[in-house]
Amino acid sequence: MDWFYQFPHMNDNALRDLKKVIDETFRGFTRNYGELIEGFFAPLQHFLIAAERFMTKTPWPIITLLILAIAWAATRSIRIAAGCLVTLLLIGYFGMWDDTMRTISMIFVCTVLSIAIGLPIGILMARSDRVQRVVNPVLDVMQTMPSFVYLIPVVMLLGIGKVPGLIAVVIYAIPPMIRLTNLGIRLVDKDVLEAADAFGADNKQKLFKVQLPLALPTIMAGINQTIMMALAMVVIASMIGVQGLGQPVLKAIANQYFTLGIFNGLAIVGIAIMFDRVSQAYGERLQKHREVVHG
Amino acid sequence: MVDHAFGGIAIRHLYKIFGPNAGAHVEAVRNGLTKTELNERHGHVLGLSDINIEMPSGSIQVIMGLSGSGKSTLIRHINRLIDPTAGEVLVDGVDVVKMPEAELREFRRHQTAMVFQKFALLPHRSVLDNTIFGLEIQGVSRAQSIDTAMRWLERVGLKGFEKKYPNQLSGGMQQRVGLARALANDAPVLLMDEAYSALDPLIRTDMQSVLLDLQKEIKKTIVFITHDLDEALRLGDQIAILRDGEVIQQGTSQDIVLRPADDYVANFVKEVNRGRVVNVEAVMAPLGAAATGGPSIPAGVTIEEAVRTLASAPEGDITVIDASGGPVGTVTFRQLAGAMVNARETNDHAIAIAATAA
Repeated sequence: MDWFYQFPHMNDNALRDLKKVIDETFRGFTRNYGELIEGFFAPLQHFLIAAERFMTKTPWPIITLLILAIAWAATRSIRIAAGCLVTLLLIGYFGMWDDTMRTISMIFVCTVLSIAIGLPIGILMARSDRVQRVVNPVLDVMQTMPSFVYLIPVVMLLGIGKVPGLIAVVIYAIPPMIRLTNLGIRLVDKDVLEAADAFGADNKQKLFKVQLPLALPTIMAGINQTIMMALAMVVIASMIGVQGLGQPVLKAIANQYFTLGIFNGLAIVGIAIMFDRVSQAYGERLQKHREVVHG
Repeated sequence: MVDHAFGGIAIRHLYKIFGPNAGAHVEAVRNGLTKTELNERHGHVLGLSDINIEMPSGSIQVIMGLSGSGKSTLIRHINRLIDPTAGEVLVDGVDVVKMPEAELREFRRHQTAMVFQKFALLPHRSVLDNTIFGLEIQGVSRAQSIDTAMRWLERVGLKGFEKKYPNQLSGGMQQRVGLARALANDAPVLLMDEAYSALDPLIRTDMQSVLLDLQKEIKKTIVFITHDLDEALRLGDQIAILRDGEVIQQGTSQDIVLRPADDYVANFVKEVNRGRVVNVEAVMAPLGAAATGGPSIPAGVTIEEAVRTLASAPEGDITVIDASGGPVGTVTFRQLAGAMVNARETNDHAIAIAATAA
């Protein structure tokens, strides 16, 4: 009756060997191709360094003005712009300016990369049910797999630093971008699409003149979600050497520095709210024409 | 298009069966398998069955039927938004069914334009940008498209609205945009799929007038789908009545009202205001021995108009004259009044009068 109380599992030795084989194989792969892969990601490294240098080396008043200008251009709301100003001033006053700039540059690069990869995948998914059937489970895995777990292979391949951190963040943050692009395109009014067909639009014209513009509000919601998830992930990514607000938080956890943790945590909340309000208000402004003025 | 006269549209032996294995059942349907049998035995739906319609160039062909009769399916075969199961659709002599993908796109860009029941405008584009959509797809330069679009917007009565968005306009105005967008394409074929069905009755009449006015000028081959018989009779040079995917009667409005093919059509026609449809020739007595000197009206005038003339004329017969001014018959107030109430009795009466006159 032993099998009844104990789940009959694989022979201990066999299991150990299996794990060993997989580990060995992956280690071999890393040793052989690690440099090649690192070379492949070199452009990203340059992009990251350039973005970080720009954010940290530019004098703070200029960066503040720049962020305010973007917020104003996107929202046309004095309230949101004023909120951004207060948040930035507080962060600076409490001595977290440099870390915050590093985090913002990281988020910026992650978002750009997520859009650049996520948008085409989302479009492909919307066009073909087969692609959707393949990609959906992959996205499920990416979203539910504990993020610490996929830090391991990334670090083994690329070591500790900015690029592996970037990859980890993008893996975590890209699913909403892909899903909402797919959803937005699939929800485009069939009648309008038929009209485009009737006027002889080819696939490219349909995509750029009808599907993407009509899906844009949904895609904007996806970008907003991606930014939020990237912000959540930068703290975890600081474990593998990503600079920014995550580092002090990590230090605070290890040493039980309550105030340090709270301050940096609040700074992350502050920029999260900034990004969220600005991108949402922009998304709403894109939908102005949808308001029914005439019933 | 300048030196080539458009050849009209011909639909021949068109069948459409919906279902996974449609092609296999065409032969059976040709040999008399009915819609119900096809559905019960094979789980396929018969959409259109042996449709044959000739639409001459420059005329308005109305296709009328209730919902489920297949009329919207039929119009979508003309620009092949729906592929037929069997048959030919000849537009200007070319079979649309056999066109490869790229050629079909070119055909849709230059030979057809379509107006939709639910307008199908692009909500993120202004009225002007919606109107140039077809030209943009064709690859016409923006400056030139705007020129064309502004001309048509003005023509449909939307001058001053070009910067508005579709959602800021009423249904009637949105459909004017839809019409302007289609007209801007300058295609010889204009397909109108229940274009006015979503509009209020007053606006619908208004839009019908807009279309009839325009047609005098543009002389396009218009295919107009509707479920409204009054609309069909008002617009159609030719009318085809569709029921359960089959054409049950084709002809002019006169034919439909005066000689309904079966009880189904007769039932439809019953409530129609005959005075506005039937021409005086249908009720007049052929020119007999009786000399005429009274007032005259031209042939082709409706009964209603004739009554209007007669109401202000002195008592007595009215002479119907043809285009060259020669008399072709006489008609009395009694005949006209009778025709407005029931055509068949009036016909009998007219025959009786003709008999006594002879």
